[in-house]
Amino acid sequence: MLTRLSAADLVSLVKKKSASVPEIVIAHIERTLTVDPQYRAFLSIDPDLALKRAEEVQRKIDLGEDLPLAGVPVAIKDNISAVGFPMTCGSRILKGYQPPYDATVVERIESMGAIIVGKANLDEFAMGTTCENSAFFPSRNPWDPARVPGGSSGGSAVAVSAEMVPVALGSDTGGSVRMPAALCGLVGFKPTYGRVSRYGLVAYGSSLDQIGPLTRSVEDASLIAAAISGHDPRDSTSRPDPPIEHSGLKSGSLAGLRIAVPRELTGDAVEPGILSLFQKSIQDFEKEGAHIESIDMPSLQFGVSTYYVIAPAEASSNLARFDGIRYGPQVKAPGHVGQTAMTRGQLFGHEVKLRIMVGTYVLSAGYYDDYYVNAQRHRANLVAEFEKVFQDFDFVLSPTSPSVAFPLGSDTHDSLALKLLDLCTIPANLGGFPSISLPCGLSDGLPVGLCLTGPVGTDEKLLKAAYAAEQTADFLGQRPPEI
Amino acid sequence: MDEVRHVAQLARLELDDVELAAFQGELNALLGYFHDLQAHSLEGLANQPHLIDLFNVWAVDAPKSGFSPTASLRNAAVTKAGLFIAPTIIED
Repeated sequence: MLTRLSAADLVSLVKKKSASVPEIVIAHIERTLTVDPQYRAFLSIDPDLALKRAEEVQRKIDLGEDLPLAGVPVAIKDNISAVGFPMTCGSRILKGYQPPYDATVVERIESMGAIIVGKANLDEFAMGTTCENSAFFPSRNPWDPARVPGGSSGGSAVAVSAEMVPVALGSDTGGSVRMPAALCGLVGFKPTYGRVSRYGLVAYGSSLDQIGPLTRSVEDASLIAAAISGHDPRDSTSRPDPPIEHSGLKSGSLAGLRIAVPRELTGDAVEPGILSLFQKSIQDFEKEGAHIESIDMPSLQFGVSTYYVIAPAEASSNLARFDGIRYGPQVKAPGHVGQTAMTRGQLFGHEVKLRIMVGTYVLSAGYYDDYYVNAQRHRANLVAEFEKVFQDFDFVLSPTSPSVAFPLGSDTHDSLALKLLDLCTIPANLGGFPSISLPCGLSDGLPVGLCLTGPVGTDEKLLKAAYAAEQTADFLGQRPPEI
Repeated sequence: MDEVRHVAQLARLELDDVELAAFQGELNALLGYFHDLQAHSLEGLANQPHLIDLFNVWAVDAPKSGFSPTASLRNAAVTKAGLFIAPTIIED
């Protein structure tokens, strides 16, 4: 069954001419049309466009072109520009928007033969942990459709977990790739800040945002990361580094790795079922020859508050561009300020407005030093503490989420409680570190993720360690019960 | 409440009284949570506004194509004669 195969296997089938690109794309579109009404991963799909592009890719292959992602159907989070698909960012303020250009990541995967099937649901402007903040509908977790898939790249996770596509792209500002990956039993990879171009990604927190893949295996995460990474002159924060190297992935081992486990990320906030699987994973790592040590990292207790000052501050500036004049619908009101405020007040959702308000407040005269400058100092302190730890250790390990997927609607009104769930994923964004979540087992039938984080620029080493860990975790190949 | 209304004005968000009251509670909860940061002041430590040491990112001074006027205007709610139409900025 083509829809159960990994991206790596699909590429290999196409190379061997055992399946054609249109055949693969049709199988995934048919599956999407059948199961998506239940799980609601997609905001838009375009079967005709996907099939047309599949035929174009097949023609190139028939002419002898070597395309490293030929035949891989992909879902793209709907805050990444792709010509031919509307882009909403999960918001009513961009309803009907047709992007005039492709994001660099889209350009790269399409030039390598991947086929975009559709745009995936998300928390509005990538602000959320559950995918319930989409202005249109919540997506549902394939492991239990009554539960959230995690966010903000929830639709991307659901599309991969329910086998509508083998891989999806998401964006991770405070854990938005890794969190839904953990809650849906997937691999989610946030590369080093600047290793993947952000050109064409709608900015939320510019010093934190990073595009990354959600996949069913570390091999696919590495394959896609290699395809989308590399320097891009159109993104001024792009690192002048070569693309991530995929070919040595399977040569890694856990033997001899020194891994730190911060006590601050394995305390009472983490559910007992998750802690117990985490402890088992540590034992598995040790059996494979890794050295694991518990350490104290006091700066981590300020991670969530630091993030929730800095990210909204950046968001309040980035989202100022949505004024209803150059794109999106317009709500009429007298005067320029009146019309802008009316459009934004009526068309932004609650969480987006809250974060804009927080950001405006912490940047305003009289409060800037107390909140924003102080948060930047805490950020510097946290980064320095991580860099010190990385002098003695290869990686930092923690659970990805302190909670398994919870029922839809359960915590919607406690916005602070939801933000505290980002405890384990936020540090990697504050430091720009590469970080990966991979599944380590089921707690009461729901997936649990491990989060492995490394120093800046060690993406390949991190992927190799994650690949080795995946082989010990005994999760690979497990599928949601109803899938 | 007046402070919440003022912040909403700065943020260009038109909110009704019900929304303002809801945001007042949520802002209080979040700002209360942020007090940790002030309680553990790190006065003297450098700020960390940027993650990478990149300065003056120069572009090659060469012409390249941009969006056509049609493509630029395609998503706008109101256009006229190849221009975006915005409400009056300087009011009477």
